[in-house]
Amino acid sequence: MSQPQQRVGSDGDAELVSRVQQGDIEAFDKLVVKYEKKIFRLARNITSNQEDAEDVLQETFLKAYSHLGGFQGNSRFYTWLVRIAVNESLMKLRKRKSDRTVSMDEGVDTGEEIVVREVAVWEDNPEQRHSQTEIRAILDQAISSLKPALRTVFVLRDIEELSTEETAQLLGLSVPAVKSRLLRARLQLREKLTRFFKRKGDDVFAYL
Amino acid sequence: MSLLTCKDFLLALNEYLDETEDAALRREVEEHIEECPNCWVVFDTTKKTLQVFKGIQSQDIPEDVHRRLMERIHSRLMERRARAQANDKAGDKDEQERKQ
Repeated sequence: MSQPQQRVGSDGDAELVSRVQQGDIEAFDKLVVKYEKKIFRLARNITSNQEDAEDVLQETFLKAYSHLGGFQGNSRFYTWLVRIAVNESLMKLRKRKSDRTVSMDEGVDTGEEIVVREVAVWEDNPEQRHSQTEIRAILDQAISSLKPALRTVFVLRDIEELSTEETAQLLGLSVPAVKSRLLRARLQLREKLTRFFKRKGDDVFAYL
Repeated sequence: MSLLTCKDFLLALNEYLDETEDAALRREVEEHIEECPNCWVVFDTTKKTLQVFKGIQSQDIPEDVHRRLMERIHSRLMERRARAQANDKAGDKDEQERKQ
Protein backbone atom coordinates (compact mmCIF):
# COMPACT_ATOMS: atom_id res chain seq x y z
CA MET A 1 0.00 0.00 0.00
CA SER A 2 2.77 2.31 -0.94
CA GLN A 3 1.55 4.94 -3.37
CA PRO A 4 -2.19 5.10 -3.99
CA GLN A 5 -2.87 4.23 -7.61
CA GLN A 6 -5.34 6.96 -8.45
CA ARG A 7 -2.87 9.69 -7.45
CA VAL A 8 -0.81 8.75 -10.44
CA GLY A 9 -3.75 9.19 -12.80
CA SER A 10 -5.25 12.34 -11.35
CA ASP A 11 -2.98 14.59 -13.43
CA GLY A 12 -4.89 16.57 -15.98
CA ASP A 13 -8.19 16.37 -14.07
CA ALA A 14 -8.04 20.04 -13.15
CA GLU A 15 -7.75 20.96 -16.81
CA LEU A 16 -10.61 18.65 -17.84
CA VAL A 17 -12.78 20.04 -15.03
CA SER A 18 -12.18 23.63 -16.08
CA ARG A 19 -12.99 22.71 -19.69
CA VAL A 20 -16.30 21.20 -18.57
CA GLN A 21 -17.01 24.33 -16.54
CA GLN A 22 -16.58 26.30 -19.77
CA GLY A 23 -19.13 24.08 -21.52
CA ASP A 24 -16.90 21.45 -23.17
CA ILE A 25 -19.02 18.29 -23.08
CA GLU A 26 -16.33 16.03 -24.50
CA ALA A 27 -14.11 16.83 -21.55
CA PHE A 28 -16.81 15.45 -19.27
CA ASP A 29 -16.94 12.23 -21.32
CA LYS A 30 -13.23 11.86 -20.71
CA LEU A 31 -13.69 12.15 -16.95
CA VAL A 32 -16.51 9.58 -17.07
CA VAL A 33 -14.46 7.06 -19.03
CA LYS A 34 -11.51 7.62 -16.70
CA TYR A 35 -13.40 6.97 -13.47
CA GLU A 36 -16.54 4.91 -14.28
CA LYS A 37 -14.83 1.61 -13.54
CA LYS A 38 -13.65 2.72 -10.10
CA ILE A 39 -16.99 4.28 -9.19
CA PHE A 40 -18.91 1.20 -10.30
CA ARG A 41 -16.62 -1.06 -8.29
CA LEU A 42 -16.95 1.18 -5.23
CA ALA A 43 -20.74 1.20 -5.51
CA ARG A 44 -20.86 -2.57 -6.00
CA ASN A 45 -18.69 -3.16 -2.96
CA ILE A 46 -20.69 -0.86 -0.70
CA THR A 47 -24.19 -1.80 -1.87
CA SER A 48 -23.43 -5.48 -2.62
CA ASN A 49 -25.98 -5.24 -5.39
CA GLN A 50 -25.43 -4.91 -9.13
CA GLU A 51 -28.64 -3.00 -9.84
CA ASP A 52 -28.11 -0.51 -7.02
CA ALA A 53 -24.53 -0.09 -8.11
CA GLU A 54 -25.63 0.89 -11.61
CA ASP A 55 -28.09 3.45 -10.22
CA VAL A 56 -25.35 4.85 -7.99
CA LEU A 57 -22.98 5.06 -10.96
CA GLN A 58 -25.47 7.04 -13.04
CA GLU A 59 -26.57 9.34 -10.20
CA THR A 60 -22.96 10.04 -9.24
CA PHE A 61 -21.97 11.29 -12.69
CA LEU A 62 -25.22 13.19 -13.23
CA LYS A 63 -24.80 14.93 -9.87
CA ALA A 64 -21.13 15.58 -10.57
CA TYR A 65 -22.10 17.24 -13.86
CA SER A 66 -24.82 19.38 -12.28
CA HIS A 67 -22.60 20.53 -9.43
CA LEU A 68 -19.33 20.87 -11.27
CA GLY A 69 -19.94 24.61 -11.57
CA GLY A 70 -19.51 24.87 -7.81
CA PHE A 71 -16.48 22.60 -7.63
CA GLN A 72 -13.68 24.72 -6.22
CA GLY A 73 -10.74 22.52 -7.01
CA ASN A 74 -9.45 22.63 -3.44
CA SER A 75 -9.84 18.85 -3.25
CA ARG A 76 -9.01 16.28 -5.89
CA PHE A 77 -11.78 15.74 -8.44
CA TYR A 78 -11.64 11.99 -7.81
CA THR A 79 -12.09 12.40 -4.03
CA TRP A 80 -15.02 14.71 -4.67
CA LEU A 81 -16.55 12.10 -7.01
CA VAL A 82 -16.01 9.34 -4.45
CA ARG A 83 -17.76 11.46 -1.83
CA ILE A 84 -20.86 11.69 -4.04
CA ALA A 85 -20.72 7.95 -4.80
CA VAL A 86 -20.36 6.98 -1.13
CA ASN A 87 -23.35 9.13 -0.17
CA GLU A 88 -25.45 7.69 -2.98
CA SER A 89 -24.43 4.15 -2.01
CA LEU A 90 -25.31 4.65 1.65
CA MET A 91 -28.68 6.07 0.59
CA LYS A 92 -29.32 2.89 -1.41
CA LEU A 93 -28.43 0.75 1.60
CA ARG A 94 -30.79 2.72 3.80
CA LYS A 95 -33.61 2.32 1.30
CA ARG A 96 -33.06 -1.39 0.90
CA LYS A 97 -32.86 -2.06 4.60
CA SER A 98 -35.62 0.28 5.65
CA ASP A 99 -36.36 -1.95 8.64
CA ARG A 100 -32.82 -1.49 9.93
CA THR A 101 -31.04 1.83 10.13
CA VAL A 102 -27.80 1.96 8.27
CA SER A 103 -25.59 4.54 9.82
CA MET A 104 -21.93 5.30 9.77
CA ASP A 105 -21.81 5.29 13.55
CA GLU A 106 -23.38 2.07 14.66
CA GLY A 107 -21.50 1.97 17.91
CA VAL A 108 -18.75 -0.07 16.27
CA ASP A 109 -16.10 2.01 17.95
CA THR A 110 -17.11 1.26 21.51
CA GLY A 111 -17.31 -1.78 23.67
CA GLU A 112 -16.35 -4.26 20.97
CA GLU A 113 -13.22 -6.22 21.72
CA ILE A 114 -10.85 -6.89 18.86
CA VAL A 115 -10.87 -10.66 18.70
CA VAL A 116 -9.26 -13.40 16.71
CA ARG A 117 -11.21 -16.62 16.83
CA GLU A 118 -9.83 -18.80 14.11
CA VAL A 119 -6.12 -19.44 13.72
CA ALA A 120 -5.43 -21.73 10.79
CA VAL A 121 -2.73 -21.69 8.15
CA TRP A 122 -3.94 -20.99 4.61
CA GLU A 123 -3.15 -23.08 1.58
CA ASP A 124 -0.45 -21.58 -0.65
CA ASN A 125 -1.64 -19.19 -3.36
CA PRO A 126 -5.39 -19.56 -2.77
CA GLU A 127 -5.99 -17.24 -5.71
CA GLN A 128 -4.45 -19.82 -8.03
CA ARG A 129 -6.29 -22.81 -6.59
CA HIS A 130 -9.77 -21.43 -7.19
CA SER A 131 -11.27 -20.03 -10.35
CA GLN A 132 -11.63 -16.25 -10.66
CA THR A 133 -15.41 -16.64 -10.54
CA GLU A 134 -15.19 -18.70 -7.37
CA ILE A 135 -12.86 -16.22 -5.66
CA ARG A 136 -15.02 -13.29 -6.71
CA ALA A 137 -18.09 -14.96 -5.20
CA ILE A 138 -16.22 -15.71 -1.96
CA LEU A 139 -14.97 -12.11 -1.68
CA ASP A 140 -18.38 -10.63 -2.53
CA GLN A 141 -19.99 -12.74 0.14
CA ALA A 142 -17.31 -11.89 2.71
CA ILE A 143 -17.45 -8.16 2.10
CA SER A 144 -21.25 -7.98 2.06
CA SER A 145 -21.37 -9.72 5.45
CA LEU A 146 -19.49 -6.85 7.13
CA LYS A 147 -21.48 -4.09 8.82
CA PRO A 148 -21.78 -1.10 6.47
CA ALA A 149 -19.73 1.04 8.88
CA LEU A 150 -16.80 -1.37 8.60
CA ARG A 151 -17.35 -2.26 4.97
CA THR A 152 -17.25 1.36 3.79
CA VAL A 153 -13.94 2.01 5.57
CA PHE A 154 -12.41 -1.18 4.17
CA VAL A 155 -13.55 -0.37 0.63
CA LEU A 156 -12.15 3.17 0.72
CA ARG A 157 -8.86 2.27 2.40
CA ASP A 158 -7.95 -1.13 1.02
CA ILE A 159 -9.70 -1.30 -2.33
CA GLU A 160 -9.82 2.33 -3.47
CA GLU A 161 -6.53 3.01 -1.65
CA LEU A 162 -7.49 6.36 -0.20
CA SER A 163 -5.37 7.57 2.72
CA THR A 164 -6.56 7.29 6.32
CA GLU A 165 -6.98 11.06 6.43
CA GLU A 166 -8.98 11.22 3.20
CA THR A 167 -11.22 8.39 4.39
CA ALA A 168 -11.76 10.11 7.73
CA GLN A 169 -12.63 13.40 6.08
CA LEU A 170 -14.91 11.78 3.55
CA LEU A 171 -16.92 9.81 6.11
CA GLY A 172 -16.88 12.47 8.80
CA LEU A 173 -14.95 10.21 11.16
CA SER A 174 -11.87 10.76 13.31
CA VAL A 175 -8.56 9.25 12.20
CA PRO A 176 -8.48 6.83 15.20
CA ALA A 177 -12.03 5.68 14.33
CA VAL A 178 -10.98 4.92 10.75
CA LYS A 179 -7.95 2.98 12.00
CA SER A 180 -9.97 0.99 14.51
CA ARG A 181 -12.66 0.14 11.94
CA LEU A 182 -10.10 -0.87 9.35
CA LEU A 183 -8.47 -3.26 11.80
CA ARG A 184 -11.83 -4.82 12.68
CA ALA A 185 -12.80 -5.08 9.02
CA ARG A 186 -9.51 -6.72 8.03
CA LEU A 187 -9.65 -9.21 10.90
CA GLN A 188 -13.28 -10.11 10.24
CA LEU A 189 -12.60 -10.65 6.54
CA ARG A 190 -9.59 -12.76 7.44
CA GLU A 191 -11.81 -14.99 9.58
CA LYS A 192 -14.41 -15.31 6.83
CA LEU A 193 -11.84 -16.15 4.17
CA THR A 194 -10.10 -18.63 6.48
CA ARG A 195 -13.15 -20.85 6.17
CA PHE A 196 -12.50 -21.18 2.46
CA PHE A 197 -8.75 -20.96 2.23
CA LYS A 198 -7.45 -22.89 5.23
CA ARG A 199 -5.14 -25.75 4.51
CA LYS A 200 -6.99 -29.04 4.44
CA GLY A 201 -6.18 -31.31 7.35
CA ASP A 202 -5.30 -28.40 9.63
CA ASP A 203 -8.61 -28.50 11.48
CA VAL A 204 -7.19 -30.32 14.49
CA PHE A 205 -3.75 -28.83 14.19
CA ALA A 206 -2.84 -26.87 17.29
CA TYR A 207 0.11 -24.62 17.84
CA LEU A 208 1.67 -25.11 21.22
CA MET B 1 12.89 -11.29 23.87
CA SER B 2 9.80 -9.71 22.42
CA LEU B 3 8.26 -6.86 24.36
CA LEU B 4 4.91 -6.91 22.55
CA THR B 5 2.01 -8.90 23.97
CA CYS B 6 -0.34 -10.61 21.51
CA LYS B 7 -2.80 -7.78 22.02
CA ASP B 8 -0.13 -5.17 21.33
CA PHE B 9 0.74 -7.11 18.20
CA LEU B 10 -2.88 -6.95 16.96
CA LEU B 11 -3.04 -3.21 17.58
CA ALA B 12 0.21 -2.73 15.65
CA LEU B 13 -0.74 -5.11 12.82
CA ASN B 14 -2.32 -2.47 10.57
CA GLU B 15 0.61 -0.09 10.82
CA TYR B 16 2.91 -2.97 10.01
CA LEU B 17 0.87 -4.15 7.02
CA ASP B 18 0.65 -0.56 5.79
CA GLU B 19 4.44 -0.43 5.75
CA THR B 20 4.91 1.99 8.60
CA GLU B 21 8.21 3.82 8.58
CA ASP B 22 8.48 3.38 12.34
CA ALA B 23 11.52 1.07 12.35
CA ALA B 24 11.28 0.28 16.05
CA LEU B 25 7.66 -0.83 15.68
CA ARG B 26 8.52 -2.94 12.63
CA ARG B 27 11.26 -4.67 14.57
CA GLU B 28 9.00 -5.32 17.57
CA VAL B 29 6.31 -6.84 15.36
CA GLU B 30 8.84 -8.99 13.53
CA GLU B 31 10.32 -10.23 16.81
CA HIS B 32 6.88 -11.04 18.12
CA ILE B 33 5.70 -13.05 15.10
CA GLU B 34 8.94 -14.95 15.05
CA GLU B 35 8.29 -16.16 18.58
CA CYS B 36 4.51 -16.48 18.53
CA PRO B 37 3.17 -18.98 15.94
CA ASN B 38 -0.47 -17.95 16.44
CA CYS B 39 0.28 -14.30 15.75
CA TRP B 40 2.41 -15.29 12.77
CA VAL B 41 -0.64 -17.05 11.29
CA VAL B 42 -2.83 -14.01 11.96
CA PHE B 43 -0.24 -11.76 10.32
CA ASP B 44 0.23 -14.06 7.32
CA THR B 45 -3.47 -14.66 6.66
CA THR B 46 -4.37 -10.99 7.08
CA LYS B 47 -1.66 -10.09 4.58
CA LYS B 48 -3.05 -12.72 2.19
CA THR B 49 -6.59 -11.40 2.73
CA LEU B 50 -5.48 -8.00 1.43
CA GLN B 51 -3.57 -9.57 -1.45
CA VAL B 52 -6.58 -11.59 -2.59
CA PHE B 53 -8.81 -8.50 -2.49
CA LYS B 54 -6.33 -6.37 -4.39
CA GLY B 55 -5.68 -9.10 -6.92
CA ILE B 56 -9.28 -9.67 -7.93
CA GLN B 57 -10.47 -6.10 -8.16
CA SER B 58 -9.31 -5.19 -11.65
CA GLN B 59 -12.67 -6.07 -13.16
CA ASP B 60 -13.85 -4.14 -16.19
CA ILE B 61 -17.16 -2.35 -16.24
CA PRO B 62 -19.78 -4.42 -18.14
CA GLU B 63 -20.32 -3.05 -21.66
CA ASP B 64 -24.09 -2.59 -21.20
CA VAL B 65 -23.59 -0.72 -17.91
CA HIS B 66 -21.16 1.63 -19.65
CA ARG B 67 -23.56 2.13 -22.58
CA ARG B 68 -26.56 2.95 -20.37
CA LEU B 69 -24.44 5.40 -18.34
CA MET B 70 -23.34 7.28 -21.46
CA GLU B 71 -26.90 7.34 -22.81
CA ARG B 72 -28.24 8.79 -19.59
CA ILE B 73 -25.55 11.42 -19.36
CA HIS B 74 -25.98 12.47 -22.98
CA SER B 75 -29.74 12.71 -22.75
CA ARG B 76 -29.30 14.94 -19.69
CA LEU B 77 -26.79 17.08 -21.57
CA MET B 78 -29.20 17.43 -24.51
CA GLU B 79 -32.00 18.53 -22.19
CA ARG B 80 -29.76 21.16 -20.67
CA ARG B 81 -28.61 22.40 -24.05
CA ALA B 82 -32.19 22.62 -25.31
CA ARG B 83 -33.19 24.55 -22.20
CA ALA B 84 -30.22 26.87 -22.54
CA GLN B 85 -31.07 27.55 -26.20
CA ALA B 86 -34.69 28.22 -25.32
CA ASN B 87 -33.54 30.69 -22.66
CA ASP B 88 -31.20 32.36 -25.14
CA LYS B 89 -34.03 32.76 -27.63
CA ALA B 90 -36.27 34.19 -24.93
CA GLY B 91 -33.43 36.54 -24.02
CA ASP B 92 -33.03 37.66 -27.65
CA LYS B 93 -36.72 38.31 -27.90
CA ASP B 94 -36.63 40.42 -24.72
CA GLU B 95 -33.77 42.40 -26.16
CA GLN B 96 -35.57 42.96 -29.46
CA GLU B 97 -38.65 44.10 -27.61
CA ARG B 98 -36.57 46.48 -25.54
CA LYS B 99 -35.01 47.94 -28.71
CA GLN B 100 -38.37 48.60 -30.32
